[in-house]
Amino acid sequence: MYFNVAVIGGGPAGMAAALAAEKKGCSVVVFERDKRLGGILNQCIHNGFGLHYFKEELTGPEYAARFAERVKNAPGITVYDEAMVLSVTPERTVTALSPYAGLITVEAGATVLAMGCRERTAGAIALTGTRPVGIYTAGTAQRLINVDGYSVGKEAVILGSGDIGLIMARRMTFEGVRVKLVLELMPYSSGLKRNIVQCLDDFEIPILYGHTITRVEGAERLRRIYYAEVGEDIRPKPETEKYVDCDTLLLSVGLIPENDLINGIGIKMNPLTSGAVADEYRQTSVPGIFAAGNVLHVHDLVDNVSAEAELAGSAAADYAKGVLSHGEACAVKVGAGVRYTVPQTVYRGTGKVDVYFRTDGVYKNKTLKAESGGETVFSKHRLILTPGEMERIEIDKSKLKDSLTLRLE
Amino acid sequence: MEKYDVIIIGGGVVGAAVIDRLAKYELRCLLLEAGSDVAYGSSRANSGIIHAGYDAETGTLKARFNREGNRALWNIARELDVPHIKTGSLVVGTAEQLPMLQKLKARGDLNGVVTEIIGRAEILKKERNVADGIEYALYAQEAGVISPYKLTIGYADRAVTNGAVIKLNSAVTAVFGRRGNFRVHCADGAQYAADTVVNAAGAGAAEINRIAGAEPLTVTYQKGEYYVLDQTERKNISTIIFPLPNEFGKGILAAPTADGNVIYGPTAEPTVNGDTSVDAGGLDKIKKQLAVTYKTPDYRKSIRLYAGLRTICGMDFVIEQSKLKDGFSYLAGICSPGLTSAPAIAEYVVNELVAPFKALVPKKNCVTVMPKHKRLKELTAAEIKERVRADEAWGRVICRCESVTEAEIVAAIRSPLSAVTVDAVKRRVRAGMGRCQGGFCMPRVLEILARETGVPETEITKCGKGTEIVFPRG
Repeated sequence: MYFNVAVIGGGPAGMAAALAAEKKGCSVVVFERDKRLGGILNQCIHNGFGLHYFKEELTGPEYAARFAERVKNAPGITVYDEAMVLSVTPERTVTALSPYAGLITVEAGATVLAMGCRERTAGAIALTGTRPVGIYTAGTAQRLINVDGYSVGKEAVILGSGDIGLIMARRMTFEGVRVKLVLELMPYSSGLKRNIVQCLDDFEIPILYGHTITRVEGAERLRRIYYAEVGEDIRPKPETEKYVDCDTLLLSVGLIPENDLINGIGIKMNPLTSGAVADEYRQTSVPGIFAAGNVLHVHDLVDNVSAEAELAGSAAADYAKGVLSHGEACAVKVGAGVRYTVPQTVYRGTGKVDVYFRTDGVYKNKTLKAESGGETVFSKHRLILTPGEMERIEIDKSKLKDSLTLRLE
Repeated sequence: MEKYDVIIIGGGVVGAAVIDRLAKYELRCLLLEAGSDVAYGSSRANSGIIHAGYDAETGTLKARFNREGNRALWNIARELDVPHIKTGSLVVGTAEQLPMLQKLKARGDLNGVVTEIIGRAEILKKERNVADGIEYALYAQEAGVISPYKLTIGYADRAVTNGAVIKLNSAVTAVFGRRGNFRVHCADGAQYAADTVVNAAGAGAAEINRIAGAEPLTVTYQKGEYYVLDQTERKNISTIIFPLPNEFGKGILAAPTADGNVIYGPTAEPTVNGDTSVDAGGLDKIKKQLAVTYKTPDYRKSIRLYAGLRTICGMDFVIEQSKLKDGFSYLAGICSPGLTSAPAIAEYVVNELVAPFKALVPKKNCVTVMPKHKRLKELTAAEIKERVRADEAWGRVICRCESVTEAEIVAAIRSPLSAVTVDAVKRRVRAGMGRCQGGFCMPRVLEILARETGVPETEITKCGKGTEIVFPRG
């Protein structure tokens, strides 16, 4: 089977990419491993989605449904649900497995990776102590509660202050769970400020920054966690150890782009994002393979995912039709205070290009500067910048020289 | 009351190997396991090494059974379809440590184990990531790795197929009577009669001897902590890398697992009350000691920590007929190389400890080779197509990290020793063993278990009573 564009993943990124490619007249196939389109949005029953994209506040399933409806009505898009992609080659042969269609092999003019991300686990952070039941990653608990309709415990502690953990603090409070404490290793939250306010402060749930769990206790079920303040070296200070009794521990300690599918096919990866290195069009180092959404870098707002995926889907369509062209490449470099940028390459030309980035710490009263060829092409004063909030700047492509450097001054 | 010829207490690798062997004879056999699955104790949490046998003190049971077990295990692993790899092993040392390696080789010679001492150039051909200071190694080609819990499960499945009975969640609380007239009581109130009883209770062996009125056993426990690494680390290691053994055991190793991961460990810390928690201090020891032998450890690729229990009862394995309790025998202190030794121990137990009481009449039509369960990853495109046509569950991938389909999970639930917990499914088919550690697949495994067993999801456990995963709302 041949499609102009194959999209791997039917979450927000995959749906937006497919729609954008179809709009350009392409035949598109979407492989979704779950029973329905929407990805993790389907378990995010809280509101706060769509403020930028739809200019109104929606729940996750509502946001997903709007896209899913469009996908369903797009004549050029074929969706395989419950279809797990087993392999993708640099030549864009995609093999998937479905209970209904069996083994599906598709040749594609372009491919968009939109597999999303997964949660870091207790093993990944080397959580010490016993190994009882009652320790869930925040997203797994979210699914068990919101989709499957169960409860997971009575008294909870949350390690990490990623957005899902914060959302789950509120969600579990609504469900009658006593959320006793949130612990964050860093001196700041990796989640959105609005979630700290709306999910913790409003419910008087305490958060301790610069603290981590030292060990967990409990034979069958979790019974107690010990925690301590961390020093400059981010290691716990034993003399500050305390404990709190709980039967549930949620981990919200980071998300990792789920790129295992493309391991070993020669796509250059960025160790800072754990996603592919991508250009302005979200094209990876392997021509014709694009990536968008959380598989490229972890976003905090789905609205940004949709926008990024539209860009990728549209460019993938152009690539498939042989009309993707661009000016001279200009590498995006990180300077003081900037952890990473996406994209990592922009092109000289006309119009504007958005560059997204995260800072490497909390900064107050700083000027954000972008320079190219020794000249400042963007400058803006900011009262506060935090790693938990992705930043975006708009660059005039005609001003680009050999490289573009972002820094805080 | 159910009446058996032989009751085996304990479903670790030794107990399972014993009942598998006994099931080949015209005997009614029962295995009682306290946990929610076989391989619930030390047999699920060890290094999974098939030791060559140079390490054990010459003349001991350890030396004998290690050698015999090593010879038998490769074939048994094939019969039972247990993942295993003959990787070979290296005990590595600096130039100054050469005499100690030579001493180890001499012991291997006495034990009848083929080894050779090789220099750095030869080492690098076998293992390019040994640490820089390493100049010599004792290479044993007969060493390898095996999935220890899959071996135990394989033995159990074959035993059940051949007519033996295995009862899980059956902690033994009392053993009354004597030869020809034993009565064994379990915590759930069940009672079983038997002519002879074998105590293979592992860490619980001393307690079983005590309640049975057999010889008192003095045992101590050590825990061994490990890191499990993502499969992406497998490319960095091809053999087992041991340091020189010391008084605490074989030291911190780096090794591939038979399923394609990598492990670093174990520590050797005294422990009590069956505590197998992992300590930050233990992890620091692993990091410190592994740096001496292995060049490319990557702790950021950790996907899981675990610790296992060693039960130590003197210097050697203890395998005895009780003198105080006629018809009762016991095994204690089956620590390393217990896994490798299991087939040889089982043969010894059957021939020396059971045969005196029971005539061994071979059963007709015994199953020797168990059906091979190919994983999705091992199937060709044509095979996949054929299977999905016959059963759509072969096309439904449940565990994405390990590519496990619904069909494989259902098969595990319907296997001879049925998997009825999330952990039992995980050990049989690897759903939840990958880098997301069940984050995505666990809710779906719960759903499949509930559907297949007719038990509500709120009653499905991770690994037995008290480990329910979800609760009714409200």
